[in-house]
Amino acid sequence: MEIIMAILAGILFSAGVYLLLQRQLLKIIFGTALISHGAHLLILTMGKLNRGAPPILEKGIKAYADPLPQALILTSIVISFGVTSFLLVLAYRAYKTNKTDNMEQLRGSDHD
Amino acid sequence: MTNLITLPILIPLIAATMFVFWRKRLSAIRVGTQIITIVNLAVTAYIMSVVLRDGSIILETGGWIAPYGIILVGDTLSISLLLATNVIAVAAAFYAPYSLDEGREKHYFYTFFLILIAGVSGAFLTGDIFNLFVFFEVLLMASYGMIVLGGTRQQLRESIKYVLLNLFSSMLFVTTVSFLYSVTGTVNMAQLSERVGQVNQEGILTTIGILFFVVFATKGALFPLYFWMPHAYAKPPAVISALFGALLTKVGIYSILRVFTLIFNGNVDYTHSFFIILAGFTLIFGVIGAMSTNNIKLIIAYNIIPAIGFMILGIGVFTEGSLAGSVYYLLHDMVIKGALFLLVGAIAIVAGTSDLRKISGLIKTYPLLGWLFFLATLTLAGLPPFSGFIGKLLLLKGAFENGHYVVAAIGLITSLLILVSVMRIFINGFWGESMTLPKERRSIKPLYLPISFLLVFSVILGVGAEWFLPHIQQIGVDLMDPSIYVDAVLKE
Repeated sequence: MEIIMAILAGILFSAGVYLLLQRQLLKIIFGTALISHGAHLLILTMGKLNRGAPPILEKGIKAYADPLPQALILTSIVISFGVTSFLLVLAYRAYKTNKTDNMEQLRGSDHD
Repeated sequence: MTNLITLPILIPLIAATMFVFWRKRLSAIRVGTQIITIVNLAVTAYIMSVVLRDGSIILETGGWIAPYGIILVGDTLSISLLLATNVIAVAAAFYAPYSLDEGREKHYFYTFFLILIAGVSGAFLTGDIFNLFVFFEVLLMASYGMIVLGGTRQQLRESIKYVLLNLFSSMLFVTTVSFLYSVTGTVNMAQLSERVGQVNQEGILTTIGILFFVVFATKGALFPLYFWMPHAYAKPPAVISALFGALLTKVGIYSILRVFTLIFNGNVDYTHSFFIILAGFTLIFGVIGAMSTNNIKLIIAYNIIPAIGFMILGIGVFTEGSLAGSVYYLLHDMVIKGALFLLVGAIAIVAGTSDLRKISGLIKTYPLLGWLFFLATLTLAGLPPFSGFIGKLLLLKGAFENGHYVVAAIGLITSLLILVSVMRIFINGFWGESMTLPKERRSIKPLYLPISFLLVFSVILGVGAEWFLPHIQQIGVDLMDPSIYVDAVLKE
C-alpha cells in the first residue's frame, strides 16, 4: 500500500512540475496545487499506513494510527489552501493590471 | 518565568490583529505600532539579560514534555537575532509613516509588518522543525501581503515569481520534513540531533540534509537559487525592501546554521566542503550583479547575496571561530542592510528616481544624508573599526587557518568590489553637478532619525566589539557542541 501511495505522490509531483513549467498563469497555479497534494500524500505515507483505532491511549488498544503525520498534514493543508487562494487573487489582479497571463510577457527591465 | 519567551511572538501578533479593526484610525495605528515595537524591543532586551544570567529558556507549550510537544527555545543565538530583528522593527515603524503613501498604510501595512515580526521571531525561537515550517509560512504570508501592497505593475509582476518560488520551496520543505520523520521518527530538533548522531548520519540522512539545504538556500538566496531575490526585493517601497532585506533571507541562513550545526553534523567532509564551494560562487555572482545595475535599490538588493556568501563560508569552515564570525556577520548584516535600504529609499524620495544615471550632486542640498550614506558604505565594506570588519576578520581568519585559501582570497576581493559597487552610488549621486530636484517632494527630515538609529547600532557593534565578542564567541562554542543544546532541551 505504501508503495502505491508513493507512486501516486510521484505522479502528482511530476504532473505538478510539468504544469509549473507552462506559460499560462492559471496552469502554473494548478501545478502548485498538485504539488501540495503530492506532498500531503507523502506525509501520510511516511507515517505508515495501517488500519487501527484512533490515537487515543486506552487499555487493550495495540494498533493505532500515528497522530503526528495527521497533525502535520492538517497544518500543511490549511497553509496551502491559504496560499493557493491568495495566488488566484494575485493572478487575477496581475492579469487585470498587466493585460496578460503569459509568463513570457511578464518580463521587465531594471528601470520601469 | 519561562512563559516570558512567548512575548516577542504574542505582542506583535495581538497588536496586528487589533489594528485590523482600527483601519480608519490611521494616526492611532502609527503611534500604536511605534509603541508596540519599542515595548517589544525592551522585552527582548530583558529576555536577553535573563538568558545571559540564567542560561537558555526552554518553554514546553501546553505542559507536554520536550520530545512530544512543541517547544520554544531561547538560547543566546536566537535571542541575539531576535534583538536585532526588533531593532530593525523599531526603525521601520518610525520610517514607514513618513515614506509610505496613505493608501498603502490604510491597506493594512502595519498589520502585515507586525505579523512579519511575529513570524520571524517565531522562526528564531522554535525548537521543532515542523514548527519552523509553520513560522516560515507565517512570515512568508505577511511578506506576500507586503510585496503586492499598492499593486503597481512591476510589483505584481515580480510578486508572482516570488510567491511561486516560495510556495514551491515550502512544499519541498514539507516533503523533506516527512522524509526526516519517516527515517528518525521525530520532528523535535534536540531529539533529531541525538538520533542522527547515534547512526553516524548515513547516506539517506545526508540526502535529507542536502534537501533541507536546498530549501533554506532558496529562501536565503544562495548561489544558484538567488535569481528571484533582487528584483522582488527592489520593487516595493523602501521600508518594505528594508524589512525583507534585513530579515527574510536571514531567517533562511539562521535555519542553515541551526540545522547543520545541530542535526546534520556527522558528514562534515561532504556537506560543509560543498558549502564552501557554494560560498565562493555566491560571493562572486552577487557582487557581479551589484556592479551591473544602475538602479540604486537593486544595487543594495544584490549586495545581500555576497553577505549571504560570507555567512555560508563561516558555516562551511565549521570551527568555533568561523561560526562566531558567521553569527557576528549575520547580526551586522541585518542592521546595515536595513539602514542601507532606508538610505536609498530617502535618496529616491529626494531625487524622485532610483536611476543612478539621473541622480547627481545631492551632497550640496542634503549633506547629512550624504555623510550617513558614506558611514553606511564604510560599515558595509567592513573597514575597521566598523562592525563589518570584525565579522569578516573572524570568517577569513577561520578560512585561512583551515587552508581554504581560494575562498578567502575571493572573500577579500569581493569586499573590495562591494565597496566599489556602493561607492558608485556615493560618487555618482552625491558628487558632481547639482541636479534639478523635483519641485514637489516630501521632507526627509523625519527619516534621519530611524536611519541614524540603525547606524548607531551598527557602529556600536563595531566599536564596542569588546562587549559583544565574548558572547558571540561563546555562541560559536555552543554551536560546535550540539550536546549543550540537546541537554538543555531534553534535560538529561
